[in-house]
Amino acid sequence: MDKILEVKDLHVTFSTYGGTVKAVRGVNFYLNKGETLAIVGESGCGKSVTSNAIMRLIPEPPGKISNGSIIFKNKELTTLSEKEMRSIRGVDISMIFQDPMTALNPTLTIGTQLMEGLQQHQQITGDQAKSKAIEMMNLVGIPNPAERLKQYPHQFSGGMRQRIVIAMALICKPELLIADEPTTALDVTIQAQILELFNEIQEVTGVSIILITHDLGVVAKIADRIAVMYAGKIIEVGTKREIFYQTQHPYTKGLLHSVPRLDLQGEKLTPIDGTPPDLFSPPQGCPFTARCPLAMEVCDKVYPVTTERSDSHKVDCWMQDDRAKQLLATSAEK
Amino acid sequence: MLRYILKRLLIMVITLWIIVTLTFILMVSIPGSPFNSERGTNEAVQANLEAHYNLDEPYVIQYFLYLKSIVTFDFGPSIKQPSQTVNDMLGRGFPISFELGIITIIVAVISGVTLGIFAALKHNKVIDYMAMGFAVLGISIPNFVLATLLIQQLAVNYELFPVARWLSPAHMILPVTALATGPMAIIARLTRSTMLEVLTQDYIKMARAKGLSPWKIVIKHALKNALMPVVTIMGTLLAGILTGTFVIEKIFAVPGMGKYFVESINQRDYPVIMGTTVFYSAFLIIMLFLVDLAYGILDPRIKLHKKGGE
Repeated sequence: MDKILEVKDLHVTFSTYGGTVKAVRGVNFYLNKGETLAIVGESGCGKSVTSNAIMRLIPEPPGKISNGSIIFKNKELTTLSEKEMRSIRGVDISMIFQDPMTALNPTLTIGTQLMEGLQQHQQITGDQAKSKAIEMMNLVGIPNPAERLKQYPHQFSGGMRQRIVIAMALICKPELLIADEPTTALDVTIQAQILELFNEIQEVTGVSIILITHDLGVVAKIADRIAVMYAGKIIEVGTKREIFYQTQHPYTKGLLHSVPRLDLQGEKLTPIDGTPPDLFSPPQGCPFTARCPLAMEVCDKVYPVTTERSDSHKVDCWMQDDRAKQLLATSAEK
Repeated sequence: MLRYILKRLLIMVITLWIIVTLTFILMVSIPGSPFNSERGTNEAVQANLEAHYNLDEPYVIQYFLYLKSIVTFDFGPSIKQPSQTVNDMLGRGFPISFELGIITIIVAVISGVTLGIFAALKHNKVIDYMAMGFAVLGISIPNFVLATLLIQQLAVNYELFPVARWLSPAHMILPVTALATGPMAIIARLTRSTMLEVLTQDYIKMARAKGLSPWKIVIKHALKNALMPVVTIMGTLLAGILTGTFVIEKIFAVPGMGKYFVESINQRDYPVIMGTTVFYSAFLIIMLFLVDLAYGILDPRIKLHKKGGE
């Protein structure tokens, strides 16, 4: 399969008065053409920063991509000028934001906001842009597109607005769509509709999707592969099946156990105790050590080496080490 | 919309009536009469004069006579300069005051908004600090101090501009500068702060994610939202500029309405006081109404007709 995007050793830092926040600390992942990769993690783990870094939308200063490379279709994005980057944004890579209530400009009509991306990047007449906009509105399932183009965002419901945001992101036919918590701000029935829409759109357009979320239900529904992020690092990555059924990392297990399940009635949910580490001075070892039920002395001192369990399944955890497995076996015998 | 406008018109008339009434009460409660300074008139002549201008009538009758003059927009001749009617004075003075005021507003809005945008875009950089330092100065220095300073330096010392009067565009530069600096500074500070807020909004990020150029984002997406608070304070600024014109007109010897306004009060020239007050108030009220309408045009979420239909 063709890799459309490859991120290698990405580091993003933010300089603040209190010091430097190391928000993303050496992230590696790739995305194949036409697949959906979900990046999962709790708030502040660096998933949104990673996605903004790909779009080069991190405010500089205070933010900075301090190291690493982002290769999109054999093009290195980190060294492109702002102007070159503008010709990629919206055309090759598009983005959808969390809250459709604030992602649309309240003072401009939907039509204006839909068409401006087209008019920025393509030589196109007003009428052509309009028919394209109507076509996109049809694709995302908005009735009466021709009339609704003239309306303002406040005349639409939340779900409809998110559909419009999706239409806006897709209007220039991008190859990569980054969706940053696209369903978090919506109520549950609308969430399901929007996720369904993502599946349909991927079928029609073949777009590759990076889905940022903390909702494992969303992941289960539309992701092909999953990357679990914690404290600025990807600690486990694998196919959906591998993450859900062959879970390796204690943090991933913790995440899965803290989600209510219909088939496990009567059992208590187990939350992960504690809070993520301070990213001003992240620990040198595994950042999950303080909260990990299986923590060993080595975890606190040295960051685990990456274990490749299969071509797709990779875990950063000392429990994968043979010696740890032996130790576990002997302690079980006692 | 029509209903809203009609409702507003009615409120405007009531407001105007309150202003007129208050002015009348203030006017008659100030001691003195227009004929105090006329030396050498004996009491019989005074009484005759007062009778001529209906000043011997009870206040209630006088009040209704005033109301009538307002409704018919005929304030009669000035007491002090009987050869001129109040309408003549307004007709001569108002276009000049209007010109001064309008130019001032245009200059203040354009320069203030521009300064505010640049300060916001270069947040915490030298341009920002310079613009805001300038704005603080502009707010702190009263316009009459600035006016005398401008005359002394630019007109007298360097002879770049005429010292006073209102004859050519060159004559306009100093009075407009003196009058516009304060409002400009207020607008600049306000634009900067709202702009900074707007620039962090998701729809700005969305516009960037669409690949729009920075200037397009500022002009098309940010400015319209950032201007809303500016439009809100435009009403207050207009009032400030209008009253500011009295002082500035006096300093620069601009033959506008300010002269009549101030002199008429000193001389107890009742018809002129009434005429200028009513005219100024009406003008200001209409301007405020237009500002409210502009607000509805800028922000589609504000539906004027709905508010009016309640």
